Amino acid sequence: MEISVTVNGETRTGDVEPRTLLVYWLRDDLRLTGTNIGCDTSSCGACTVHVNGESVKSCTMLAVQADGEDILTIEGLAPSEDELHPMQEAFRQNHGLQCGYCTPGMVMAAVSLLEENPDPSERDVRLGLEGNLCRCTGYHNIVKSVLACAAGETAA
Amino acid sequence: MIPAAFDYVRAGSAEEAVALLGEHGDEAKLLAGGHSLLPMMKLRLAVPSVLVDIGRVSDLSYITDGGDHIAVGALTRHRALETSDLLAAECPLLGHVAGEVGDPQVRHRGTIGGSLAHSDPASDLPAAVLALGGTLVAQGPNGSREIAVGDFFTGYFESALADDEMLTEIRVPKAPGASWNYQKFNRRAQDWAIVGAAAVTVNGGTNVALVNMGSVPLRASAVEAALAGGASAADAAEQAAEGTDAPTDLNATPDYRNHLARVLTRRALEAVGIG
Repeated sequence: MEISVTVNGETRTGDVEPRTLLVYWLRDDLRLTGTNIGCDTSSCGACTVHVNGESVKSCTMLAVQADGEDILTIEGLAPSEDELHPMQEAFRQNHGLQCGYCTPGMVMAAVSLLEENPDPSERDVRLGLEGNLCRCTGYHNIVKSVLACAAGETAA
Repeated sequence: MIPAAFDYVRAGSAEEAVALLGEHGDEAKLLAGGHSLLPMMKLRLAVPSVLVDIGRVSDLSYITDGGDHIAVGALTRHRALETSDLLAAECPLLGHVAGEVGDPQVRHRGTIGGSLAHSDPASDLPAAVLALGGTLVAQGPNGSREIAVGDFFTGYFESALADDEMLTEIRVPKAPGASWNYQKFNRRAQDWAIVGAAAVTVNGGTNVALVNMGSVPLRASAVEAALAGGASAADAAEQAAEGTDAPTDLNATPDYRNHLARVLTRRALEAVGIG
C-alpha cells in the first residue's frame, strides 16, 4: 500500500505491506536508525517517536496507520547539525545516559512530557517516563536531565 | 516480531466499518488504537485475515454532556479521558482510571472503545465502567442497540458484540459528588494490574468492581451486599474474593490474588469514606 508521511518535516512516500510496523519502515526503508528497537512488545519505549506531537511506541503502530500523519524522530529533533535540542543538551550535561540504547526513546518521551507538563515535579517526571526502560538503570540522571531541561538550564 | 499478513481496509464511518465486518465475517477485526490488538497479532495470538482500520473515524472521538450521563465516543483516546475537565467534574473515576492505563505512549494511542471491546479482565477501564454502571452503544447492520455494561463481558476476551457490530459510545452516569477510589497493584509501573479494585458511591450505595479476578471484570457482589447490610469496610472487604475465580500466572497464585482483592477492596472502601 502506498503511504505518504511527513517525517521530520519532509514528505516521505513508500509502498509498504500492511503488516509493516512503523519502526521498521523508519529504520529499514528510510534508514532513520536513530529510533531503536528494544523489546518489540510495547514495553521498553526505545522506539518512541512523536506522532502529531505526541510520544508513541513505533513498534506498536503500523506504517499504514501513519499515512498522512506527522512523525518526528530523534534525527529531526535538533534544530541544526551543529546544535542539540535543549533536551539532548540536558542529557549530555547531566550524564543522562550510560550505554545510550534507551536514549533516543527517553529523549523523545521526555520532550513529549514537557509539552504536556512544562513544569513537572520529580514525581511527574518519573511517572511520565514509566513507559521507558533503562537497563543500565540510569534513571537518576535521566530524571535530573529532564528537570534541568524543564528549568531552562540548557536552553539552546 | 511482525504480525502475520492480513488485508487492510479503512472505514470512514461506523456504518462503513459495520458493512465491512458484515462482508468479511469473523475473519475481520477492527483496528482502533491498536495497543491491545497489535501486540497480540505480533505474538500470533490473534491472526485476523482482514483489519478494518477505524482509527480515522474522527467523529467518534468526543466527551459530551448527555444530561444525566456523560457520553464518550468509542474512539476517544485514554489521554483525552485523563485530561477531560468534564469527566473530572462529573465522573472523575473514569478519567482517573484512564490515566492508570499502561504508560503515556500507550495512552496517546489506546481508545476506550478498543479497551472495552477487547474485554481483557486485566484491563483497568472495563472494571471502571462496570463500577459506574455504564451503558454501551453498539452499532450493527440494523441500527444501534444499548447494552448494560453488566451484560457486556461474556467471557475471557469475549463480549456481547456480534461479529458485525461495533462499539460506538460509552455512557457513564454523572456522579459529581460521588466518592470514588481505584486501587491498582502491580510490580512495574506500566504493567496490567495483578489485581485492581474500583469503588464508587452511587445513590447511597457503594459499587465495587474487581480487575483480574476472573475471566471477566467482576462486580464484588458479596462486598456490596455486606455494605448494604451495614457491614464495616473491613468486614465487607473480607468478602471480596467470594464468587470470583482468580487466575494463575507468573505474577500470582489465586490465593495471593484473593488476598490482594481483600486488601485492595478494604483500602478502596476506606478511601471512599466507609468506616
